[in-house]
Amino acid sequence: MRFTLNGNPADVAAHPMARLLDVLREECGLTGTKEGCGEGECGACTVLVDGEAVCSCLIPLAHVEGAEVTTIEGLGAAHPLQRAFMDEVGAQCGICTPGMIMAAVTLGTRPSLATIRTRLAGNLCRCTGYEAIYRAIRRP
Amino acid sequence: MADRRGAGPGERYAVGGAVGRSVPRKDGIGKASGSARYADDLVFPGMLYGRTIRTTIPCGRIRSIALEFDPAGFTVVGHRDIRGRNVVALLVDDQPCLVETDVRHGAEPVLLLAHEDREKLLAARVAVVYEPGTPVFDPEHSPRSFKDLVIEKGTLAAGFASADFVVEGTYRTGHQEHVYIEPNGVVAVPEDGGIAVYGSIQCPFYVQQALATLLGPAVSRIRVIQTETGGGFGGKEEYPSMLAGHAVLLALKAGRPVKMIYDRAEDMLATTKRHPAIVRHRTGVTRDGRLVAMAVDVVIDGGAYATLSPVVLARGAIHAAGPYRCPNVRITGRAMFTNTPPNGAFRGFGVPQTAFAVEVHMERIAEALGMDSVRLRERNALRPGDTTVTGQRMGQDCSARQVLRAALRKSGYHRKRKAYAGTDRGIGLALYYHGCGFTGSGEVRLASRASVELTATGVRILSSSTEFGQGTRTMHAQIVADALAMPYDQVEVALPDTSLVPDSGPTVASRTCMIVGGILERAATELRERLGGLPPAEYFRRHGPLKVTRQYQQPEWIRWDETSFRGDAYATYGWGCDVAEVRLDRDTGEVHPLRLTAVTDVGKAIHPALARGQIEGGTAQGVGYALLEHVVMREGLMANAQLANYQIPTTLDTPRIDVILLENPYPGGPSGAKGLGELPMNGPAPALVNAIRHLGLDLRSIPALPEAVLEAMCVSR
Repeated sequence: MRFTLNGNPADVAAHPMARLLDVLREECGLTGTKEGCGEGECGACTVLVDGEAVCSCLIPLAHVEGAEVTTIEGLGAAHPLQRAFMDEVGAQCGICTPGMIMAAVTLGTRPSLATIRTRLAGNLCRCTGYEAIYRAIRRP
Repeated sequence: MADRRGAGPGERYAVGGAVGRSVPRKDGIGKASGSARYADDLVFPGMLYGRTIRTTIPCGRIRSIALEFDPAGFTVVGHRDIRGRNVVALLVDDQPCLVETDVRHGAEPVLLLAHEDREKLLAARVAVVYEPGTPVFDPEHSPRSFKDLVIEKGTLAAGFASADFVVEGTYRTGHQEHVYIEPNGVVAVPEDGGIAVYGSIQCPFYVQQALATLLGPAVSRIRVIQTETGGGFGGKEEYPSMLAGHAVLLALKAGRPVKMIYDRAEDMLATTKRHPAIVRHRTGVTRDGRLVAMAVDVVIDGGAYATLSPVVLARGAIHAAGPYRCPNVRITGRAMFTNTPPNGAFRGFGVPQTAFAVEVHMERIAEALGMDSVRLRERNALRPGDTTVTGQRMGQDCSARQVLRAALRKSGYHRKRKAYAGTDRGIGLALYYHGCGFTGSGEVRLASRASVELTATGVRILSSSTEFGQGTRTMHAQIVADALAMPYDQVEVALPDTSLVPDSGPTVASRTCMIVGGILERAATELRERLGGLPPAEYFRRHGPLKVTRQYQQPEWIRWDETSFRGDAYATYGWGCDVAEVRLDRDTGEVHPLRLTAVTDVGKAIHPALARGQIEGGTAQGVGYALLEHVVMREGLMANAQLANYQIPTTLDTPRIDVILLENPYPGGPSGAKGLGELPMNGPAPALVNAIRHLGLDLRSIPALPEAVLEAMCVSR
């Protein structure tokens, strides 16, 4: 199966119905994408497929053929949102953080609080109460 | 930076300047970039996957077990493979690591399987034939208790004789599931002559000690290494000892590494939860609002094995009369057996249950008196010099009235209380406290140790305190940096590996900053003296390695009697007051939390942003506990063990949280700091239910689901 992974061509020989999450973590060695529930509820496995935030635990590999997939590793370590999450302590235990940042990447610049709350409602965080995450995303 | 010369003891912290500042988290970049390694991210050559075959009935005996698959390529472990003692060693060694014949709950481990192919592993079938027994699910009708206790102060009968009113009530709280976003998981790796366990673990030495009991003398080298841990909240305090035991048994038999990561359903079904509680209050009060007699009975549902229930009960009971002074108190408590998976540690450790009860009860006392409930609390709140139910005299850092007043002011409570009357909005508050560190003589028994050693570039902290989000590494490094008057970024924190770090006790009980931070501060101060004015790296270059290890020293004034529950139950207490504002949807019964104002006195916020984050996060967990989180039990098992059916607060369910930090220092803590982690869990539930009460609805149990609210609306009409 061929697709673009973090800007580079990828060709993975896995079952077409394999979960994208497992392919990323085990075939591609990108363990920054996390599994929190396996049922599409927690959003820890959020990645971008053609720019749209999706739960990679619900997506079969076949679905991304020819698509552009971006994981947390694709942001490197110097994306302004990563910096902001560090500065505002938007990450505590950190397990939701990659998924949270990938979902936040799609919000554009200076989103309103109402937009953030609606668009991140599929990303659970049990540590922060979300306030520090809002502060990170809304940081000037 | 302040001038170092002539700095007095009180100014020492200005020298390094890390304490009190929101310095960068030690673990920030790894977590934001996805490079931090959690248990499931580890891969070892030849690694197998492990699976647990569990009981399917809540009570009975196992008659036979039959494998219904081709065993080629499988490693199979039963209780006969255990060479040491078949127990998960903790307080009471009653829980087997693998069931032999007696079944006490419906998710007990019976048999362990490992295979390199997960699909084959999941497809394997095992037939277990049972002789069913009669289960007990109601803790109030259980014939067995794990612990009974009585705490007495004054004379209850005399107190009631002097009362003008007596107010009674029963309050109930449900199970709560931790929902750390990373489920429990470990990898066991055979090593030369022993075994290593890497895992999502709060207390590496608990696991190490449990494994030593399980494996016996044949395996002498056991080391436990904490990986990055995706949340704990108490849920990874005792359970990892069970899971690590399973992985280790498989790995030793197979001679290969074994990874066991629970999926969400297994984690919710089989691991511990917060104890459900039934709390009965009978309170005597004078016409002018003085509490003169308090009788409180606390029953908690322990589940099928003791785990930590006796100490959860003790902490809950000690806090059961609330942060109030009352001359005559009798608190009784029981932790009961039921045929359900054992309940265990969860942030707050028994206090969220009893704090809910007493704070809703205070509201009802005020109604009975026709008195404003704030005045009732003002009148009775503990002040310096007052004594608690155990006879502990409050020090100058007792801030009950300060947090109450600040919360009223910051939230505009009195104004809103009037303005919301007759609308669909309500406002309510709760006053609470939380003892810091282990109860009673627990800290003396732990005798925790921690070290600071020189490195080529600075110093390294060696302790078994684990980081699972709270900021352990960062906060410890701040304390050590300032004690050594050196830059924060030259302080490293060693990975908790039981073969390399001293036993600093478990990372629980709001003790990691105040207790372990205090030990590290002493170790670092002594190290500084021994450096004779040289910077650490320079001393290391000239003289080589140097390490200072210190052990916990109990303050001399602490007195505690374990049998009578008399004396200083905790070295000190953190204080909080929450004000909750809600909107009621009268058509659906849904209660929408609008705003939570949380005023907290933690003595000193070592890292203000981390402290704020702890309070915001604990408050959100309290919102879930109060309004959303409902563990549905059927035949002794969680019936809704999925995140789709057990709802924790999302962004849309979590209200705005305003945090106000007060800093009334505790002289015994590092820079005056007290414990913080658990405190914010205690207030939101009673504050929210008291806000619902402001709408005229009499609720006395949580979660306050729409069904319960609608029922209360029918009654109130």
